[in-house]
Amino acid sequence: MSRLFKKYEEVLPIRVIDDIKDNIPDKITDARLKQILDKAVLQYESMKVMPGESVGIVGAESIGEPGTQMTLNTFHFAGVAEMNVTMGLPRIIEILDGKKNIQTPMMEIYLKKPYSQGKDIKKIALSIKETKLDEIVLEIMVNIAESKIELVFDEQKIESIGTDYSIIQKAIKSSFKNLAISKKGNVISLKMSEKEKEINELFKTKEKIKDIYIQGVKGIKQVLPIKKDGEFLIVTAGTNMKKVMELDYVDKTRIMSNDIFEIANIFGIEAARQAVINEVYKVIQNQGLNVDIRHLMLVSDTMCASGTIKGVTRYGVVKEKASVLARASFETPIKHIFNASQIGEIDNLSSVVENVMLNQPVPVGTGLPGLITKVKRD
Amino acid sequence: MSEVYLNGKFVGKIENPFEFVDKVKEERRKGILNSNINIYYNKRMNDVIINDDKGRLRRPLIVVKNGKPLLTEEHIKKLQKNEISFSNLVKQGVIEYLDALEEENTFVAFSKEYLTPEHTHMELTPLVMVGLCTSLVPYANFSPGARVSIGSKNQKQALGMYAVNFPIRMDMDVNILQTPQIPIVQSVMHEVSGYNKHPSGQNLVVAVMSYKGYNVDDAVVINKASIDRGMARSTYYRPAIAEELRYSGGLTDEISVPDKDVKGYKSENDYRFLEKDGIITPESNVAEGDVIIGKTSPPRFLSSMDQYNLAPSSRRESSMALKHGEQGIIDFVMITESSEGNRLVEVKIRDQRIPEIGDKFTSRHGQKGIVGLIVDQADMPFTASGITPDLIFSPHGIPSRMTISHLIELIGGKAGALSSRYIDGTIFDSEPEENIRKELTSLGFRENGTETMYNGITGEQFQVKIFVGNIYYMKLKHMVANKIHSRARGPIQLLTRQPTEGRAKEGGLRLGEMEKDTFIAHGASLLLKERFDADKTIVPVCESCGMVAVHDKFKNRLFCPVCGDNVEINFIEVSYAFKLLLDELKSLTVHPKLMLKNKY
Repeated sequence: MSRLFKKYEEVLPIRVIDDIKDNIPDKITDARLKQILDKAVLQYESMKVMPGESVGIVGAESIGEPGTQMTLNTFHFAGVAEMNVTMGLPRIIEILDGKKNIQTPMMEIYLKKPYSQGKDIKKIALSIKETKLDEIVLEIMVNIAESKIELVFDEQKIESIGTDYSIIQKAIKSSFKNLAISKKGNVISLKMSEKEKEINELFKTKEKIKDIYIQGVKGIKQVLPIKKDGEFLIVTAGTNMKKVMELDYVDKTRIMSNDIFEIANIFGIEAARQAVINEVYKVIQNQGLNVDIRHLMLVSDTMCASGTIKGVTRYGVVKEKASVLARASFETPIKHIFNASQIGEIDNLSSVVENVMLNQPVPVGTGLPGLITKVKRD
Repeated sequence: MSEVYLNGKFVGKIENPFEFVDKVKEERRKGILNSNINIYYNKRMNDVIINDDKGRLRRPLIVVKNGKPLLTEEHIKKLQKNEISFSNLVKQGVIEYLDALEEENTFVAFSKEYLTPEHTHMELTPLVMVGLCTSLVPYANFSPGARVSIGSKNQKQALGMYAVNFPIRMDMDVNILQTPQIPIVQSVMHEVSGYNKHPSGQNLVVAVMSYKGYNVDDAVVINKASIDRGMARSTYYRPAIAEELRYSGGLTDEISVPDKDVKGYKSENDYRFLEKDGIITPESNVAEGDVIIGKTSPPRFLSSMDQYNLAPSSRRESSMALKHGEQGIIDFVMITESSEGNRLVEVKIRDQRIPEIGDKFTSRHGQKGIVGLIVDQADMPFTASGITPDLIFSPHGIPSRMTISHLIELIGGKAGALSSRYIDGTIFDSEPEENIRKELTSLGFRENGTETMYNGITGEQFQVKIFVGNIYYMKLKHMVANKIHSRARGPIQLLTRQPTEGRAKEGGLRLGEMEKDTFIAHGASLLLKERFDADKTIVPVCESCGMVAVHDKFKNRLFCPVCGDNVEINFIEVSYAFKLLLDELKSLTVHPKLMLKNKY
């Protein structure tokens, strides 16, 4: 049997063969299996794109046309805890343009066993969230006469995020070495040294103190524990996959981010390629539209082909085009033509746009085949 | 303490705002204060706001006291006898005008039946709640607001008679309906506004049914015999204007039959309608290309030498001729003077517009549609009494739009036509549907307006009863004759050698960028090339420098302006637009070099 499979490995992709292996009954005759494999080959060949099919434009039209029907404003449900996520057309533009800083970076953090059932879920969530001193302080008083800053803390908050005064004091000390720190009840007072007695300096320090990092993962601005399919997970606003994956209660195999560049940096370009497909497909599904995923695969392949993510813009994918005329026909024509003229670029007229400009048959479909035989010239 | 503002300016404070406001109103009604004053108490802000400046929209209401309107039967009797007028009632404080602010403090009753002691005012009539155009929609309160407003908007585009002196006016783009009728179902506003003196539609017999699929998607089918009898015929008038302009150097245009040696002389045949003065004879039947006003202009560029030139420099032809696709009859000719004192000739061209497929028609209920088919009377369905409808309307237009008023008008129109009377369809105050139903029964018809009808082609009786009656239909100003356009070949632009754009210039229909993409997506690349062949050219290219060379056809000589004539020059076929691109690149100091090689 395995000999038969081996033979078909040349004509069928491994994944298809594996699929067949998984789905055939244990007892099967070689003749019957051959029949199945032959049928699979036939099916596989019929699904192949024909040579000369303009997959790019078909893909562009297949994504672009439903895109015109997309509604800009998604509905919001009152009373339901949800995060504001960029969806719809703006999100698609963001992904396909290869924007480095996306509008709403988000993570889905799956947890390991006892925690995924809801153990300490709130505590874990809060400990992931980046907390700054400002958030646990009730009041900041500035004593000008004694050049002193007094911080009144919210004890409840301190408890709920699971920290204590010593950590806070340490955090302040590490960022402001020249302040004399003393604690009295829930008040921490900071006295400035004699040298910097100016009022200006005092207020500047006050503002800086607010930004002192206390605990949590940097970049996580908001956390929301939710239950999905009988399992607790944490949805965050803001991403920092690297740091979150270092935490031991996090299920590293399932963590998700919607920041494609972050994925590319941590998991590599193949993961990013899949992320582009997933993110775009999510939006399209969300809008109730029907686009074949293979069109998105093509776009994603194009964007990731160079090893880094390139947006579909004049700085990304379009810049890579071989033809000057094709680049010039997209955006900023004069720039492209000048640059081409400086290095004496040659346009081989091998793609579509250039040939439309020259009124020549475009090399797709019926325009693709040519004579192989050399015609004798007289 | 409440603050008082007069026309937006603070004027003082008062202790008891209610008392103050009531007093002002009382004195205004008595006529002690001017009736233009409006006063408003804002409870939340505790402010009294008085306005008497201009620019406030105000509307009249009947004053109500203790649940009783101040307007009595006595007033009405006196009004009818012309003993008092409306303004008398305003002076007496029976009717007062409120602005938007004062209305906030009032409680207005819809009509007398709804009056309670709390009410402060009452509507003169519910009709005043809608505007002029909307009040012309009969039974409007039976249809959704959106449809009523579409209906009132459509009426503005209806053909009628816009001015009684239209025969002597010179307006652009005029349409006159030839046989307008007063609507059978009308509102009081039709009489009040004078609509009945210049109506803009006709009462048609309408059958609500489908006809061989020619009235799907809002189309209507109309009866050819009705058109032959003059239904919805209109006349289209358009002026042609020519002015004898003056130019520097004492030169002027001249309105006359152009001499044959004039530059751009058309052909003798084109000038055949012109009289000696160069102006066309009234009532001549003109078509495309015919000259209406003969005119010549002085040469465009007069060089300094020309003044001493013995030969008379030839003048340019600049006549007014009918453009592509135009036709008509010359209605009348007017010769006058422009504001600059130049001789001005205006000619009015008339053209009869007989309804054709594609013309737009509408009832008054937002049920517009275009003619999908014109059917011989013989093929039209007919009723037992032998009536054939003028127009067949599809029933599928009704459920989604919910224009019940359209249906009520149909039976109203039927009852009105049969009993030779007008039906009152005033909004909120119309003749009840039951009345119409009863009347139809008494006239021997089915009360719901349906009738047995027979297929005009086969003669078979239809399985269902057909809803048939009279509806006031209007022909709208959008007619195919003004919009139809096609081109296979025609004028091209000078610069790009591509077809011109637009109907007026007999232009092509652009196959744009996205349309181009669909050709590529289909892989039809040779078809795409053919579509873009409109501006293809053969260009000689110098193989040495790669630039466009010169082909001197007179001497049959090929040479390159850069490399001379001892170089190989070959011809290539490219779009003219690309040749232009090369030229533009050269002007950008970029040297575009074409490297030729044999394709095969």
